[in-house]
Order: sequence, then C-alpha cells, then structure tokens
Amino acid sequence: MTEETQKDETGLPVLGGKAPDFEAATTQGTLRLSDFEGTWLILFSHPADFTPVCTTEFIAFSKIYEELKKRNTELLGLSVDSVSSHIAWIRNVEKKMRVKIPFPIIADLNKEVSKKYGMIHPEQSKTETVRCVFVIDPERKIRAMLYYPLTTGRNMKEILRLIDALQTTDKHKVATPANWKPGDPVVVPPPATAEQAEERLKEGYNCKDWYLCMKKL
Amino acid sequence: MPCVSPDGKPTSSGMTLLNSLKNGALSPKDIADKTGQPLFKVRSGLRELQSTGLVEEAEGKYGLSEQGKTLVQ
Repeated sequence: MTEETQKDETGLPVLGGKAPDFEAATTQGTLRLSDFEGTWLILFSHPADFTPVCTTEFIAFSKIYEELKKRNTELLGLSVDSVSSHIAWIRNVEKKMRVKIPFPIIADLNKEVSKKYGMIHPEQSKTETVRCVFVIDPERKIRAMLYYPLTTGRNMKEILRLIDALQTTDKHKVATPANWKPGDPVVVPPPATAEQAEERLKEGYNCKDWYLCMKKL
Repeated sequence: MPCVSPDGKPTSSGMTLLNSLKNGALSPKDIADKTGQPLFKVRSGLRELQSTGLVEEAEGKYGLSEQGKTLVQ
C-alpha cells in the first residue's frame, strides 16, 4: 500500500498517504494532480460560488498567492459548481472587488474529486463541500489536512505558517512548537533511547529537560 | 481548453508554448522557466497540444511536430 492511495476505514485520505489522483475540468483547463508534481499544492474546497464567506476566502487566497509561489506552492480550488459558474463568479469578484483570482478552480459537478478527498460532510451539507484544505507535497503525499465548517472562513496566516512549518521540518529534520513562526526556535526530535536521553543534555541545546530541547536555526 | 480553442487553433497561451519550442525540444520544466508559466499549466497545455498533433514527446522532452512547425514559422 506504500505507492497506492492510502485511506482510513471511512474512506478519507490519511496524513503521509498518497494523495488520490484525479483529472478534472477547471477554470484553467483540464488538470491532473500529477501536473503539480515537483511543487507543493494546496487543494482546497469551498461550499459554493457567489456566497459571502467563500468570496472573502477567495480574495484572501488570492492575496497570499504570491507568497505561496515564493514557497514553491500552488493553489487549486474546488466546489461542485460548473466551470461556467466559476468563471462568472471570478469575473464578478474581479469587477466588483477588484481582485483577480489567479489560480484554477475545479468544477466537480459529479463530485468525483470531493468524494475521493472526503470533502462532503452530510451533517454540514449533503450537496456542498465543506471548507477543506489539503497540503500535498512535491512527491504527492498528503502532509496536512484542515476541515472547517460552512460558517467559518479560513485563516490565511495559518495556512502560510503551516507551509513554512512543513518545509522547515523537511529541510532541517526538526519539529515546530505551538505558535511557531519562521525565525523562532525549533524543537529537536526527542531521543529514541535512554543512552541518547542521557547525552541530549550535553549537546548544547536549550533544554527544559531531556525530552524538550529547542535550538535556533 | 486554455491552449487550444474549440476550432482546434492554439490560443495565445498555446502559441507561447509552441514558440518556446522553436529552437528544439525541451522538458516541461525548461519550458516553464523559459515562458514564466507555472509548471502545472505547461504540463496541461502540452497535453492538449500533443492531442491535437502540434507537439510530439520523446523521452520526456517536447518538440514541434511538422504541423506545429508550420504554425510558428
């Protein structure tokens, strides 16, 4: 199962598993998940076009798009609306709100992609996707998942922070503590043996005890 | 389709990709670097241009077909 898409018993993708593949119609043509290989991808769903919270989110996602590109990260939106609806909506946002939506949006009318990713939560809505975020790394592995209800818009600073944290972990083989932001000390992975625990306190890190040691990058 | 119109002719995005291949076959990454287009767009665009017979792929590199060459000359 290492190379195949990994899901839990409920059919949802799992962290560290391969992201489910797809080919879908978007506002920028037919795209496959494999088209994004080599870059990080934020695949996110929204409930519906021409709705207020989604509009604020799309404007917010557009505003962090350049920051994401600096992090080798692309954005891909999704809802169960048609391509024509998406086009009409983003043209309206550009005209009325003066914000251009630079990233593609999947038209998942048959819910093929949303079902693969567990984006429909019937207790929230039987027909619309909830506010999901899947962070997919350049090797197509799912590295983080966020699920927000229909009523709560997502926080772009947290999404940027999440990308920064994951990329920092990959680059430096460290973990990141609560409320971490770039420049803050990071967590040294805890010792795996009693011998390493004994040595950890002599390794020059800023330690509260053997299992909680921080360092500056 | 972003790179090929319904009438089968390349769009301006399609012509950008075709023009980038004037001097020989390139990988999608090279084309993305040369044109400034995102890699995912280049890959999807090349797929369209290939399906309409304007580009050909060999060993991961894309070059103009005879039909494609007539369009960029």
